[in-house]
Amino acid sequence: MTFLSLSHIQKSFGQVQVVSDFNMEIEKGEFVSFLGPSGCGKTTVLRMIAGFETPSGGTITVAGKDQSGLKPNQRNIGMVFQAYALFPNMNVFDNVAFGLKVAGRSKPEIEARVKEMLGLIKLEHLAERFPYQLSGGQQQRVALARALAPKPQVLLLDEPLSALDAKIRVSLREEIRMIQQQLGITTVFVTHDQEEALSISDRIVVMNAGAADQIGAPAEIYNRPATRFVASFVGTLNLIEAKVIDPVANRISIGDQGVTLREPLGPVKAGDTVSLALRPEAGSIAEGAKGDTALAGEVVSSNFLGSVVRTRMRVGASVISFDMFNSPGLRPPAVGETVTLRFTASDLLIIRD
Amino acid sequence: MSVWARIAGWAALIFGLLYFFVPLGGLFEFSLRARRGVYSFDAYARVLADPQFQATFTYSVVMALVTIAIGILIVVPTAFWVRLKMPWARPYVEFLTLLPLVIPAIVIVFGYIRLYNTSSWLPLTGSTLGTNILLAFGYTILALPYMYRAVDTGLRTIDVATLTEAAQSLGAGWATILGRIILPNVIAAVLSGAFLTFAIVIGEFTLAALLDRPAFGPYLQRIGANKAYEPFALSVIAFAITWGCLALIQLVSRFQKTAPAKA
Repeated sequence: MTFLSLSHIQKSFGQVQVVSDFNMEIEKGEFVSFLGPSGCGKTTVLRMIAGFETPSGGTITVAGKDQSGLKPNQRNIGMVFQAYALFPNMNVFDNVAFGLKVAGRSKPEIEARVKEMLGLIKLEHLAERFPYQLSGGQQQRVALARALAPKPQVLLLDEPLSALDAKIRVSLREEIRMIQQQLGITTVFVTHDQEEALSISDRIVVMNAGAADQIGAPAEIYNRPATRFVASFVGTLNLIEAKVIDPVANRISIGDQGVTLREPLGPVKAGDTVSLALRPEAGSIAEGAKGDTALAGEVVSSNFLGSVVRTRMRVGASVISFDMFNSPGLRPPAVGETVTLRFTASDLLIIRD
Repeated sequence: MSVWARIAGWAALIFGLLYFFVPLGGLFEFSLRARRGVYSFDAYARVLADPQFQATFTYSVVMALVTIAIGILIVVPTAFWVRLKMPWARPYVEFLTLLPLVIPAIVIVFGYIRLYNTSSWLPLTGSTLGTNILLAFGYTILALPYMYRAVDTGLRTIDVATLTEAAQSLGAGWATILGRIILPNVIAAVLSGAFLTFAIVIGEFTLAALLDRPAFGPYLQRIGANKAYEPFALSVIAFAITWGCLALIQLVSRFQKTAPAKA
């Protein structure tokens, strides 16, 4: 059942339209990530849910209740900010207790709930510390506990990991996901980091120029990008220009090599150009590699990336990258060598703009 | 730095210190000469024992506290709102708060007397309470440039917008945000403004004299016109109060429970 509904949401600042006709239905307990580059409107949508921005059009409902006209402090929506936003004059305990005090809860109830929240983020021993005495990761965990303490209907996370270093980001994002699942709270997470979104979300909304380009499960977004933008933004992807040979038989050519696609080409005619996408990990040049499709090309470069070796080969006018898992016996192909990349035709996706 | 530049620097510093401290030293030395032939604190004892001194000083302290309270109530919400919602208005508000520096106090007080005299629509000067209120608001205006700047500087050291939104998302209304989040986080700045206000009010003469209120400034002037040593003792006391306020500003700025402000 839909818990948070965003229907035909629009937002303009003066003449500039930042969000245009955004629609989304979020289930209770779902973890949804808004993913997109800076300026795509993801934070604006989040701020409209929180009540910090007023939509120029459309409606937002939470548990069936229209939120328009409700002030941010009347919505019972928790929010965690990129800059932590802990109150500098209060210690950890008082920060977490703030929302409960504002709600007029009794002292024993506040103490019990704050203790429970600090236990959840494993920082009970730092209850007396002030924000400036905590690390970035600790501050953000306190901010999470503070947002969760008053039992909000929805939790909003506005790039909460952006200010942290790489290692802390990974551990904290796993902690956030664990806590979210434990509490079963409906959560909207804004990020521009695709790895973050792919790793912790039930569904991802890929946003581009104020609209949702694609909404789907992480695997669906990654494996079946709906638009050129999604294909280029999520993960590393080869974008290959191909020429239609036979639209009925789904036959195309890459350079001078023919390939039959599984996916119907749609309304195109022979001689038209189509864009195809292929993930670097989809193919292999190893002896006996499986796959019903092959492309031969000349190796342009080979780069060692740690766990994988990424090799680029030229096929006609296109350059295609593919990955090989690193192993002690791996011999990357030499530059200038001709190799054959094998893959399944269904891995070749047609990109429609 | 060359030797000559260093010598010139020291010479300038010594000249400046002498320029400032020699008259003060002279003032202090003269204030001790009340008893013929020996140094004594007789002038200070006489001043402190004077019921007029006690009454006027108490009156000015009370007025200073009222002025500080009015200043905080007006300036903190204004500076907060300008930072949060009307950043475009900041230069205009700054200009307005600077006006008391260029408009003489005598002009302000004549304006007040003309506007609020007994035959006006709001006859504040017709009663003691009304005149006291008028004087407190006049002091608030005189202290506005200092109070506004102090609070605005304090607000600059915190992320006003995000803290406000964080508090709102936790259910807080404007009064809670101002009273429990913003004010405690700029308290050192507010106290700086408060001590400057205190120093201004304690020594202020024009408004109090023309509104005929028994304040410390007019008392200073009256004693200066009639006594020999007491005015000098009073001047030293006034200086001590001002310096005490400055010392308190330094002290409270160390109480802030936050990390050093980021650039």
